[in-house]
Amino acid sequence: MRIELDVNGSKHSVDVEPRTTLLDCLRDQLGLTGTHAGCEHGVCGACTVLFDGVAVRSCLMFAVQAQGSQITTIEGVTPGPGELSPVQDAFCETHGMQCGFCTPAMILTAHALLANNPSPTREEIVEAISGNICRCTGYAQIVEAIALAAERMRGANRPSELRK
Amino acid sequence: MKAAPFEYSRPADIDEACALLAADESARVIAGGQTLVPMMAMRLARPTRLIDINRIAALSYIRTEGDSVAVGATTRQCLVERDALIATSVPLLARAIPNIGHVATRARGTVGGSLANADPAAEIALTAITLDATLEYRADGASEAIPAREFFIGPMITALPAGAILSGVRFPIWQGKVGTGFHEINARRSDFAFVSAAAQVELGDDGKVKRIAIGVGAATDFPMRLDSAEQQLTGTALDDAAVRASLREALADIEALSDLHASADYRRRVAIDLAARAVADARLQAQGKTHAH
Repeated sequence: MRIELDVNGSKHSVDVEPRTTLLDCLRDQLGLTGTHAGCEHGVCGACTVLFDGVAVRSCLMFAVQAQGSQITTIEGVTPGPGELSPVQDAFCETHGMQCGFCTPAMILTAHALLANNPSPTREEIVEAISGNICRCTGYAQIVEAIALAAERMRGANRPSELRK
Repeated sequence: MKAAPFEYSRPADIDEACALLAADESARVIAGGQTLVPMMAMRLARPTRLIDINRIAALSYIRTEGDSVAVGATTRQCLVERDALIATSVPLLARAIPNIGHVATRARGTVGGSLANADPAAEIALTAITLDATLEYRADGASEAIPAREFFIGPMITALPAGAILSGVRFPIWQGKVGTGFHEINARRSDFAFVSAAAQVELGDDGKVKRIAIGVGAATDFPMRLDSAEQQLTGTALDDAAVRASLREALADIEALSDLHASADYRRRVAIDLAARAVADARLQAQGKTHAH
């Protein structure tokens, strides 16, 4: 089946089997391998993407279901080539990763959280990432990274928001 | 971990979906897909056709209907979680929802999908049984309704007729001094519950119970109501010892599930504790001593 997707702001038209998950479509057909294939049955959270702005597991959706939707992957969160988003930057600074396998999904989950809640408590951060498994860090620095990103994003000048 | 091939249909309305379902007994309806897709990935489910009802706009709603709040089958769990009408009118559901899966699964998972899937540990099923909700479905071009207590008949088995599709659920609104409690125990946050318990209480002006509903989930093939305890506790002040005694009696002879994670004895024992906590929370909230969270 042919479907149209808006991925990271660019339009794509891809031919998929109904059984192709959104995850496999992103990785294998669009070459966006930053979305990681972990358990492929909805347990690990490594394949999290933003689907119309909401964090979802791309292994638990078939690509055909995403027809016409907007998807943001880790490749789409940077403000420009060679730059990092405030969340990515905070993960580097606090050593919020080790092997890096869970990291893209952690960062997208954090972006989704901070878009709705600019000042999350520690409990809210923990709750938000509770569906994302990390087997290296013990989570402490990930929580720290998201708190740091939140603080910086609150302090940043955001003229587009001030105008609202 | 890839699903077997299947045909995909995206019907425009529920009657078209019912017709597709009736035409192929190996077809399955997909709503949020948060249970079905993993089952397909593990090839525990191999539907020949998926009937995607996600884009049928008429199936997604939260609205007052008489003395009930009606929730459409494809309403996302995350929407129910933050809905103001649910918070004020079906507070037990608002309390139960955060226990389901994780943020990313509640973003896709639906109310009707959870009910139709009928997992013994499902929080929405427990809430529906505890509140005597009414489930609505569409079959052969007609709308039908069935009480939650008659809908669940076994683990992952419901009374929904072949070719029928769940369209929504109505939760009765309780008026007055109402409080709720919901507790569950699992190995990790938001994993499948080993045991869950829900309680809703309405207190009269004298501080005594006018009405009480207590349910236990995950302990048996499908969520159960503790009718005998409800009868014993109506008209009382919900003294902790009396609550425990009634719960112990109500749960003494249940045929509890037993698996690697939790034995039948453990489930019976923990069910008493969790139900006692749920009742205590509900009482305190109805007395105005705590706030809903």
